[in-house]
Amino acid sequence: MSLKLTIPTALRRITGDADLVEVHPGTVQEIIAELDRSYTGFLSRVCEDDGKLRRFINIYVNGEDIRFLDNLSTRVPDEAEISIILAIAGG
Amino acid sequence: MSFVTGLKCRECGRTYPKQPLAGCEDCFAPLEVEYDYEAISRVLSHKAIASRPKSLWRYRELLPLDADPVVGLSSGATPLVRASRLGRALGLKDLYIKNDSVNSPTLSFKDRVTAVAVNKALEFKLDAVSCASTGNLANSVAANAAAAGLPAYIFIPDDLEQNKITATSVYGARVIAVKGNYDEVNRLCTELSERHPWGFVNVNLRPFYGEGSKTFGYEIAEHLGWRAPAAVVVPMAGGSLITKIHKGLKELEQLGLLKDEVRTKLFGAQAAGCNPIASAVKRGSPDIQPVKPSTIAKSLAIGNPADGYHAARLITGSGGWAEDVTDEEILAGISLLAQTEGIFTETAGGVTVAVTRKLVQQERIKADDLTVIAITGNGLKTSEALKIEQPISIEPKVSSFERAISGLAAKA
Repeated sequence: MSLKLTIPTALRRITGDADLVEVHPGTVQEIIAELDRSYTGFLSRVCEDDGKLRRFINIYVNGEDIRFLDNLSTRVPDEAEISIILAIAGG
Repeated sequence: MSFVTGLKCRECGRTYPKQPLAGCEDCFAPLEVEYDYEAISRVLSHKAIASRPKSLWRYRELLPLDADPVVGLSSGATPLVRASRLGRALGLKDLYIKNDSVNSPTLSFKDRVTAVAVNKALEFKLDAVSCASTGNLANSVAANAAAAGLPAYIFIPDDLEQNKITATSVYGARVIAVKGNYDEVNRLCTELSERHPWGFVNVNLRPFYGEGSKTFGYEIAEHLGWRAPAAVVVPMAGGSLITKIHKGLKELEQLGLLKDEVRTKLFGAQAAGCNPIASAVKRGSPDIQPVKPSTIAKSLAIGNPADGYHAARLITGSGGWAEDVTDEEILAGISLLAQTEGIFTETAGGVTVAVTRKLVQQERIKADDLTVIAITGNGLKTSEALKIEQPISIEPKVSSFERAISGLAAKA
């Protein structure tokens, strides 16, 4: 039981250059916690001190912005695609 | 000849050397181009500017190129039109239209940003240029890429107006219609920008690209005799233009090129069917709640605006406001501008005119305020949004015409 998460270039310093990492199904918050255990400092790179997602980061589950789902409580099922993407492009 | 000292994170202040880079590697916030304003103030004067050809390059010290531009040479210097008839209709005594619907080469304000971005792609020796676009940017990137001899890969939502597709493909650009809305196209481009060594004008070239929009503000001030207007009304998609008009005016002030301080109130205009920035301003919090767009103003249909936070903060800080209008109001806005000033704008311009009407009714813009409305795109590109009456049809006979015209007079 695992799923793949796409890491943007800006975060690959933390993941040892990996652009795709395997995580276990759970909520987005649980997945971030799991990544923080594997890659020290991951949590503080993507979340503010109060636990909220940083303003200029978006997370997508199967292509949908989690702000249209349950935010960090969004459940990510097995075999779903989850991506972290910087929110500063376009327009 | 460059006065650029580097890139600087808008939030945490970390600095970077000039390079294609989307955002800050620490806090992921957008980057701003930094200039040596002291050095610029020694060479840039009203006299120097006045001596140069009428294009956006007359402000070249404030644009982030290292070499002379090779494409987009005729962009900018669009008319600032005194709009007395529209002003009377709206209840404004001192109204101007900044008319970028006649910008060169592709009839929208995007010619300002691509003029910078495509030249920058050449300077960085990138293999190709690319963008996610709701249409106007697609046209402009494709045209300037063709002129630069660079391949262009243009990503658009698959429901775009036919004229905007035609006016992209004709330049030989590779046009990719993505099954999804703009925000999905944009997300795809952000991901692709990590895999392809291209200049994505609104991803990795975005810090430079956005600087082109400052010239919209410089030109307004120059046309007004080096004064900033009391109010500007600006359409918002990603939210960048309104922030760059503000930056442009503040730079002129800092360089001592304005006669007064900048007290311009910034007013943002959106469609009711896609109003994430206007909602944030009305809520009193710059934090953006994304929306799923549904509006005829497709060029403004960005539900997750990259500069929404910054735009909402600046609007509020300026004492301005943001409003949104329905599709019916947008169409009425297009007709009103066309029938009072003889200017045919696209749906985004209809949004801006209709929002101005609303802001006057709300007394947020006062009758005496020197107000500039930003008209950013040409009506021929979105003509399919309009419901136009068919022309009267007659026989080639005098009697036939007289009969038809008396019928029209009776109707009126």
